[in-house]
Amino acid sequence: MPSLAASDQRAVPTTAKVIQPAWVRTVHWINAVAMIVMIMSGWQVYNASPLFAFLKFSKNITLGDWLGGALLWHFAAMWLLMVNGLFYLALGFATGRFRKKLLPITPGGVISDAKAALTGRLSHDDLTRYNYVQRLLYAGILVVGVLIVLSGLSIWKPVQLQWLTALFGGYDVARYVHFVCMAAIVAFLCVHVALAVLVPKSLRAMIIGR
Amino acid sequence: MGRLRSLLIPGVDKQLLARDAAKVMPDLARRRFIAGGASLGALTLLTGCDVTDSFSAEEMLKKVSKFNDAVQAFIFNPNTLAPTFPESAITKPFPFNAYYDLDDAPRIDGKDWMLEVRGLVDNQKSWTLEELYKLPQVKQVTRHICVEGWSAIGSWTGTPLRDFLKLVGADTRARYCWFQCADAEGYNSPLDMATALHPQTQMTFKFADEILPRAYGYPMKIRVPTKLGFKNPKYVISMEVTNDYKGGYWEDQGYNSFSGS
Repeated sequence: MPSLAASDQRAVPTTAKVIQPAWVRTVHWINAVAMIVMIMSGWQVYNASPLFAFLKFSKNITLGDWLGGALLWHFAAMWLLMVNGLFYLALGFATGRFRKKLLPITPGGVISDAKAALTGRLSHDDLTRYNYVQRLLYAGILVVGVLIVLSGLSIWKPVQLQWLTALFGGYDVARYVHFVCMAAIVAFLCVHVALAVLVPKSLRAMIIGR
Repeated sequence: MGRLRSLLIPGVDKQLLARDAAKVMPDLARRRFIAGGASLGALTLLTGCDVTDSFSAEEMLKKVSKFNDAVQAFIFNPNTLAPTFPESAITKPFPFNAYYDLDDAPRIDGKDWMLEVRGLVDNQKSWTLEELYKLPQVKQVTRHICVEGWSAIGSWTGTPLRDFLKLVGADTRARYCWFQCADAEGYNSPLDMATALHPQTQMTFKFADEILPRAYGYPMKIRVPTKLGFKNPKYVISMEVTNDYKGGYWEDQGYNSFSGS
């Protein structure tokens, strides 16, 4: 940060700077567990009636062993995902974290940061500031997270919440929306985990905060 | 897991062992739950922490499922109707689905068949098909949603169950209507009273304006468009109005009991 750079850096120990506050870390890891359980059990549920003839998920990566077991996991972890997610959204807005961390997102910024990332010139020196590609992905995955919960609710309750199901274009379309959101989250996860491994201090920040 | 671990033999693959053990177990429900436990063990290995023994995790999941029953009963609105569709939307052919093949589906002679009505009703008697056919019928074109995820739109005609419950003087403050079926393993399923009294819950005698074909549950099925397909019993032979939760064919194996749509 410019204000810090101007002063004597030794006087301000960098370890004092909290990158990820405790509530963010807590919510992040609870979400990680909930998401993995939801995805792995969801794959087992998918196998009972696949949307695509070419795609079935191997038993080695699914949870619950059969449809009934997978549904028990899915409908248990959904509470964890929803309550934790709502808590995160509420605090994200209330504390101004979303506004400060994720905005603004400009097309020009995204393009130049994407180019820099692909040519290996994107700086990760200041973890408190997200680059434009990060902002776009983190904001985007929030929207996907909301969509996957809403499409899931519309599959679960197509009578009681029929207005919601209709909003997704009906029961059958909602199943595809739910699937596509899952695919987007899995794709995000691959990039997210790969980058966390490439920049280990970002992983450390999500564990101990600094 | 301690109890389980002491039973393991060195050099023997425990998944294969579990599979073999499951094979000799006669009860399907037992087998399913134990298989679920075995994969929980795999999760324990995956996460690398000795969370808990698999059986208590299973208990936790069952408790959450009971909690989900209560949540669903709470959000169930007795006045919310399942969406209906034009006849042109009917799925053709409508799929046959059961735990058995169509060849093994019950073959019932309508002349011999009777519906036994028991439990908390004023008029405990058995009804012939001829008597039931005389009751007023209504048609619905609604979506059947299977627990597996697929869905199909069908046309069902029959007597609203709530009219029949009134007719037999059922105690509608009772908790369940429990249905039993004619298939070999004795399919059964409990239906909560609020859903039994829903205007679209139907004793179905016809599919697509024809006498209910054998594939779809001749002579009578219970059509519940506010529930998943497995809560729509076919080849029904008896109904008991009861305050006791008597379990069900799939419910006992782990499917959520309320399973409302």
